[in-house]
Amino acid sequence: MQQRNQQLSQQLSQQQTSAPGSGQIRIAQVGKVFASGDREVVALQDITLDIPPGQFVCLLGPSGCGKSTLLNALAGFAPPTAGNITVDGKPIAGPGPDRGMVFQEYALFPWMTVEQNVAFGLEIKGLGKADIAQRVHALLGTLGLVDFASRFPKDLSGGMRQRVAIARVLALDSPIMLMDEPFGALDALTRRNLQDELLRLWAELKKTIIFVTHSIEEAIYLADRIVVMTYRPGTVKRDLVVGLPRLRDPAAPAFNDLKRELGQLVMEEQQRHHIDELRAAAVD
Amino acid sequence: MLKQHWRGRLLGNSMGLIVPIVTVAVWQLASSLGWINALVLPSPWAVLHKWFEYLAPTAPYDAAAGSKLAWLFSGELLRDALGSMYRVIMGFVIGAGLALPLGLLMGASPRIYGLMNLTVQLIRPIPPIAYIPLAILWFGLGNPPAIFLIALGAFFPVLMNTIAGVRHVDGIYLRAARNLGANQRTMFLRVMLPAAVPYILSGVRIGIGTAFIVVIVAEMIAVSNGLGFRIMEAREYFWSDKIIAGMITIGLFGLAIDLGMSALNNHLLRWHRGLEN
Repeated sequence: MQQRNQQLSQQLSQQQTSAPGSGQIRIAQVGKVFASGDREVVALQDITLDIPPGQFVCLLGPSGCGKSTLLNALAGFAPPTAGNITVDGKPIAGPGPDRGMVFQEYALFPWMTVEQNVAFGLEIKGLGKADIAQRVHALLGTLGLVDFASRFPKDLSGGMRQRVAIARVLALDSPIMLMDEPFGALDALTRRNLQDELLRLWAELKKTIIFVTHSIEEAIYLADRIVVMTYRPGTVKRDLVVGLPRLRDPAAPAFNDLKRELGQLVMEEQQRHHIDELRAAAVD
Repeated sequence: MLKQHWRGRLLGNSMGLIVPIVTVAVWQLASSLGWINALVLPSPWAVLHKWFEYLAPTAPYDAAAGSKLAWLFSGELLRDALGSMYRVIMGFVIGAGLALPLGLLMGASPRIYGLMNLTVQLIRPIPPIAYIPLAILWFGLGNPPAIFLIALGAFFPVLMNTIAGVRHVDGIYLRAARNLGANQRTMFLRVMLPAAVPYILSGVRIGIGTAFIVVIVAEMIAVSNGLGFRIMEAREYFWSDKIIAGMITIGLFGLAIDLGMSALNNHLLRWHRGLEN
């Protein structure tokens, strides 16, 4: 374990100097307004972020702060109502395999085996059978899923399911990976395990990762850069770079200082969320 | 673990036999003691006797007339059962075969749904039995009207469930598939259709049940063989033992079909959460 962590630390420190490639995201003055009944809800307002290729960005905030809305806009599921988003200079036209998404609910196809789930994106791309089989096998190996290849998702634990979902996105070989609270439903040990796995993969594959979470510790443990968002309207409250060397020790003083600082910011927003809920209840 | 599982299963199955055995025993006792008129309700023994008589070939074996196997199957019961099965299968295949594509289209396209739904909802409440006079007018007597009625009976359950299945596909699968780059065709064939299979299968199950009800009624009116016809015929002669023998045959067939369906279900839905066993 110790040795593995050392290797991982080494890989991760090399990552810092990775050369720019594709996977650059530009978010310019993005806003999103939802119609909710006869009311309008401003989910996002004037968000501008420039994300260089290979950066690991965590979007952090309480529920209702629009972090998932921003991610869905990036994925192309729900376009913003103002501003624009470009990926490698091109505007987003809709969902696509260049921005693979890992969902909190796993979203594996339950009628497909592990193998078939991972192969699905490649079949859509129109790759040959032998090529697909070879790639799928390699990915299952990378994520420790070889023994589960012909199982159905219902027979897997939450952690294993999320590994399959990650493998399915990695199969696409996209420069960008979008993750919507992917480890939110997992127990603490499985969660740490998958976080380390994700860091290892990121170091190896040099992808841009946009990772939504409401866990402060998770954000500090993983990210190059943390974007704290405000509760309605969702704006950027703080955009900070995490300078700590990897692998990070959640018990280290510097880690805790950052945790305290971010905790303060997130709690302010949580408080606003709470007051808003109380107000809404009073209206009813 | 496995042994225990099987023991539990055997125990469960034999538990199920208690009620029929006790019922038959009481029935037999009441008949033997002369409490019930044999013309109204014959004894189980008489019914069983009649059932075997009904099953056995009517003429003695004659090597010149055909093979031994053909002779064995020449009994009235088997010919009736085959006749009924043929109608059920033909009717069901036609009814479900039309309902499935229409259901998939109506489920997937709000336009087609809007176009067809009112018509479907108007026709659906009319029981197939109500079509009997028209069916005879249109198709005459014999198999065609019976098959028409059965197809009608199987059509709506399969249609309604297929529509519901396609419309209730969890949005998360659609989003995941779009994210992976699936086009409309792939989305339909690889995501919506398999996601709807549990619904479709329960529609098929209900459809077969309806087909069974309809075949018996249709045979009582428009056809001159089959289990339904035989029951009606027996009534005219006051053969209550034969009526019950025919009814028991229908029950056995229904049970066999249901067991077959549930085996098919377990195979096709081995990925489904509800069926872990």
